[in-house]
Amino acid sequence: MLIITQTALELGFLYALVAMALFLSYRILDIADLTTDGCFVLGAAVSVTVTAAGHPILGIFAALLAGACAGFVTAFLQTKLGVPSILAGIVTNTGLYTVNLMAMGWKSNQSLLGGKTVFTMLRETGIGGDWYELLLAASVTILAGLLLVLFLSTRMGLSIRATGDNPDMVRASSLNPSFTVTVGLCLANVLTALSGAVVGQYQKTVDINSGTGIVVIGLACLIIGETLLGRRSVKKGVIAAILGSIVYRFIYAIVFYTKIVPVECLKLLTAVIVALAIAAPSIRKWATFQKRKMTAKRKGGA
Amino acid sequence: MLDIQGISKTFNPGTVNEKKALSSLSLHLDEGDFVTIVGSNGAGKSTLFNAIAGSFYVDEGSISLAGSDITFMPEHERSRRIGRLFQDPLCGTAPSMTIEENLALAYLRAAHGNPFRCISKKDKSFFAEQLKQLDMGLEDRMKNPVGLLSGGQRQALTLLMATMVPPQLLLLDEHTAALDPATAEKVLDLTRRVVAESHITCLMVTHNMHQALELGNRTLMMADGHIVLDVSGSERAGMGVDDLIARFKAGAGHELDNDRILLSE
Repeated sequence: MLIITQTALELGFLYALVAMALFLSYRILDIADLTTDGCFVLGAAVSVTVTAAGHPILGIFAALLAGACAGFVTAFLQTKLGVPSILAGIVTNTGLYTVNLMAMGWKSNQSLLGGKTVFTMLRETGIGGDWYELLLAASVTILAGLLLVLFLSTRMGLSIRATGDNPDMVRASSLNPSFTVTVGLCLANVLTALSGAVVGQYQKTVDINSGTGIVVIGLACLIIGETLLGRRSVKKGVIAAILGSIVYRFIYAIVFYTKIVPVECLKLLTAVIVALAIAAPSIRKWATFQKRKMTAKRKGGA
Repeated sequence: MLDIQGISKTFNPGTVNEKKALSSLSLHLDEGDFVTIVGSNGAGKSTLFNAIAGSFYVDEGSISLAGSDITFMPEHERSRRIGRLFQDPLCGTAPSMTIEENLALAYLRAAHGNPFRCISKKDKSFFAEQLKQLDMGLEDRMKNPVGLLSGGQRQALTLLMATMVPPQLLLLDEHTAALDPATAEKVLDLTRRVVAESHITCLMVTHNMHQALELGNRTLMMADGHIVLDVSGSERAGMGVDDLIARFKAGAGHELDNDRILLSE
């Protein structure tokens, strides 16, 4: 039981970075960034390959850089070349498949056999005892979250938030929307790649398909968190991403061990949750309208 | 200050919808001028503003502001020097950001350079002081999202954001037309005060003839992409609304057909 809790917390913190990235791209910039799936694998592939060569810390930073590049390509396609934002993400994502294979040395997976990773490095120092993996996962995610909150209160961060909040305003104030969108998407993909990088070293393996559906899972985490905490400030949004991700991993663990539903069904379940959560306002509107029609009929019919 | 030389703009050229919105229009503004503009429907008032602000580039002519040529400067670079308010009070502020963050955005954009600059304590008290001048109690609600404010409050806030760091030129495009009369009066008072205090060069479109004559030091009338009347000084001081309408007809060759002007008090 303890191990289940521990693993769920660890994975929760690690994947929370993806939910945070989606908070930035989907909630703040109002762009559904479909680069996420490929970018997650890119981060993992770069990190694991560099780690296999003996440089785990360099691997993390190389992954961040790779993520920023992926974000830049998507942003460039949509701001400078006029590709619709969703399509821009899909195009980059498709291209990344090849890039990811290349990063793994033209193989569809790459493993670290007993090599050094950032996790084993921490274990060797003895800090954190048996909980060293959780300690590292939590510190990376919380640090990234703090930096994100801080960044969003700077001039640059405020400009990015205004870009997503009121496009009319951007026209008349001295913000260059191409620039703010580019910075925002680069940063979101840096977060996604960071998640991939740490997960890759945590699991000591990376597979070309390990990113499939991660964007929907990330959205589900964000929505779960926002349902629990409410949607208000930036600070709350980042905490919601972390909390939601942990809750999601606990649900996953429960399903995995109790087999209430087959684990294979979890992705379908996740997709349904996300679709329903995003559709909620429309469903509510429809329900109110039906109620109004009923009341009107009752009053008029008598 | 602002120097416009023979600008022209044609929309949808070569199609059945071709519309010459501005035709070789020239205008010179001195520093500190407060100019009101009235005109018939589709006279090109908003097009003129869009040309100055850089929403599109003009087909012919040149625009220079404070000695530098801005004809082909992108819109977001011009807006560092040009403040602008629209008729729609929702246009100028970000609804889910707080009052404080909106002000910070406007304030920090003038501070060139450091993109990582945050709001300091000193900035906050400066914002509170500025908000107090609006006399709407907004200084106590700085942590509230702007989306909770009324249209009038949002327009007053937008005006503050546009003028807190005085721009070289302020463009007001019927910025009180969508507000209720009492709020409109308040925002107008505020405009008058801010423009006078900071000595801002200002262009204001209005459909209220009294306002056009009462505010500022110069009045322009536009029709069909031209300036048909330009009065200032003692000539303007002695004018009434009827004189203005008569002069318009003489200049434009047809009756003033702006229904909003004719219907407004």
